[in-house]
Amino acid sequence: MSTIATAGRVIQTRPARPSRRRGLREALMIWGFAAPALLVYIGFVIVPVGLAAVFSFYNWNGLGPLDRFVGLENYSRLLDDPVFLGALQNNLMIVGLSLAIQGPLAIGIALLLNRKLRGRTLIRALIFVPYVLSEVVAGLAFRLLLPPDGPFNGVLTAFGWVGQKPLWLADPDMAFWTVFAVLTWKYLGLAIILMLAGLQGIPDELYEAAALDGASWWQTQWRITIPLLGPTIRIWALLSIIGSLQLFDMVWILTGGGPLGSTHTMATYMVEYGNSRSQVGYGSAVAVVLFMVSLVIVLIYQRFVLRRDMAGAVTTRGGR
Amino acid sequence: MSAPAIPAATDSTPIKTGNTPPPKPVSGKKFDLAQPFVYLVALVVVAVTIAPVLYVVLNGFRTTAQLNADPAGLPDPWVFSHYTGVFTSPMFWVQFGNSTMVALATTAGVVLMGVMAAFVIARYDFRGRSVLFSFFVAGMLFPATVAILPLFTMIREMGLYGNLLAVIIPQVAFQLPMTIIILVPFIRAIPAELEEAATLDGASRIGFFLRVILPLSGPGLVTVGVIAFVGSWNAYLLPLLLLGDPATATLPVGVQYYSTAYSQDTAGVLAFTSVAMLPAILFFTLAQRRIVSGLTGAVKG
Repeated sequence: MSTIATAGRVIQTRPARPSRRRGLREALMIWGFAAPALLVYIGFVIVPVGLAAVFSFYNWNGLGPLDRFVGLENYSRLLDDPVFLGALQNNLMIVGLSLAIQGPLAIGIALLLNRKLRGRTLIRALIFVPYVLSEVVAGLAFRLLLPPDGPFNGVLTAFGWVGQKPLWLADPDMAFWTVFAVLTWKYLGLAIILMLAGLQGIPDELYEAAALDGASWWQTQWRITIPLLGPTIRIWALLSIIGSLQLFDMVWILTGGGPLGSTHTMATYMVEYGNSRSQVGYGSAVAVVLFMVSLVIVLIYQRFVLRRDMAGAVTTRGGR
Repeated sequence: MSAPAIPAATDSTPIKTGNTPPPKPVSGKKFDLAQPFVYLVALVVVAVTIAPVLYVVLNGFRTTAQLNADPAGLPDPWVFSHYTGVFTSPMFWVQFGNSTMVALATTAGVVLMGVMAAFVIARYDFRGRSVLFSFFVAGMLFPATVAILPLFTMIREMGLYGNLLAVIIPQVAFQLPMTIIILVPFIRAIPAELEEAATLDGASRIGFFLRVILPLSGPGLVTVGVIAFVGSWNAYLLPLLLLGDPATATLPVGVQYYSTAYSQDTAGVLAFTSVAMLPAILFFTLAQRRIVSGLTGAVKG
């Protein structure tokens, strides 16, 4: 069996089968198995996305005939709008901040929870709670917690806060950071789940060997756990990047992109124009730009980070 | 080194208890200085995680007047009327039923179609295989938001607007990439020797799929199933735009309607919100063990 180590390729290639009739039957079976997924995926993901690309060249309100072709006008208007550029910047900052803050935090917590702890199952279950809440529920909860005279500021006062009460979601300079804090609260649980799963995939033999060699806890984590957790970390980072670029629900519920457009992401900006203001053509142009930005970033990531990862993944996989 | 043949891939395997090196055979029990620190950190993390949820649940037991007077207080006396109001509201049960139907159908569709496609991508060498895989992986780049405006038009043309299928089918479609990405390495990790053995025993390819692949990828299927279920249960944008009015809405949209319609009744909103989040939390707590062991099976092989 040969081993190929590139992303998107299959690791085990089977020996070639000589019989032609058998090959035909096999092809029929292969495409028969892939067909349902392929059809649904094309019909309800690829086609609508393609339609969005078409709409982006029209001035269209979503009803009536699609006949006011405007070329690239929607795009040039988009790139001249400081609110959209601010939204793009917000997306990129959330990508960077998530990787820099949520990643290390999740790894640290996962390492702690992977020890023998009393009540570990309960602690884990509780930490996963935010991840299973819907964005609507979590967003509403924080909206009720964070008004100027709300319970959160009440607690601050009780702890001796004397200055002006922070306007968590209403101050344009602060709202972005509040949103990021809520996002961290919401999505850290998923990161911890993934890291814990990755930790459990590390063979016990390695730890036994390290213990026999007299390695300390820190040495064990640094030399064995973190390197072997690499594939998990890189997959999580990819999910986090994509999620950050496509962020919609939480921001929409928390701030709707406000105040003064300071917390818009590309997706909330798109829904505001494409749906709330019925500028379907313009909104579709935002969708296309959102897609292009995601594509470029993910391709770069795949080229420079994941490629290395697949080579590593083969060696970590339980010695096979 | 040859790992014992796929111990983690059967879901009967109990969850492993940690990877800390086994304690050295020191005489007596040695006190670990790090342990109190670990508990402290765990406590802080849990408190930060749980406090907002507890706030919502507890304050559903207060009246709005009490809430306005002292936003950070505890229920005193406990008021149950908001919760009983939610549980006796027919609209709540309609939306609960809608959410359940949509989530179950989405999960079934995603898991079935996903495992079939992942199986051929993982185990067959055919022309276009890597293109097919990349094609599905590319779907990770399309959030439902990008497609929502055209989807709305399509669903209306198909006469499905307001029908639960209007949400189920697109959700299946948008969950497929993630499902296939998780399942392909999982199925690939099932040893080739098993396939050879099955072939020698005269099993057909489909027999191999049904008798070997499906059972051995059980934990992986549970993982993607739970992700699909939770994703569907929590979905907001698709149901909001494709289902229309409260009677056909799912719970998250129902919560949103309720909070808009009764925005003065803060305590009522809190109670409705609490009840809406309960099923997802219960379900996830029950399935959590299997999620972790499922993900573990994928890596451990």
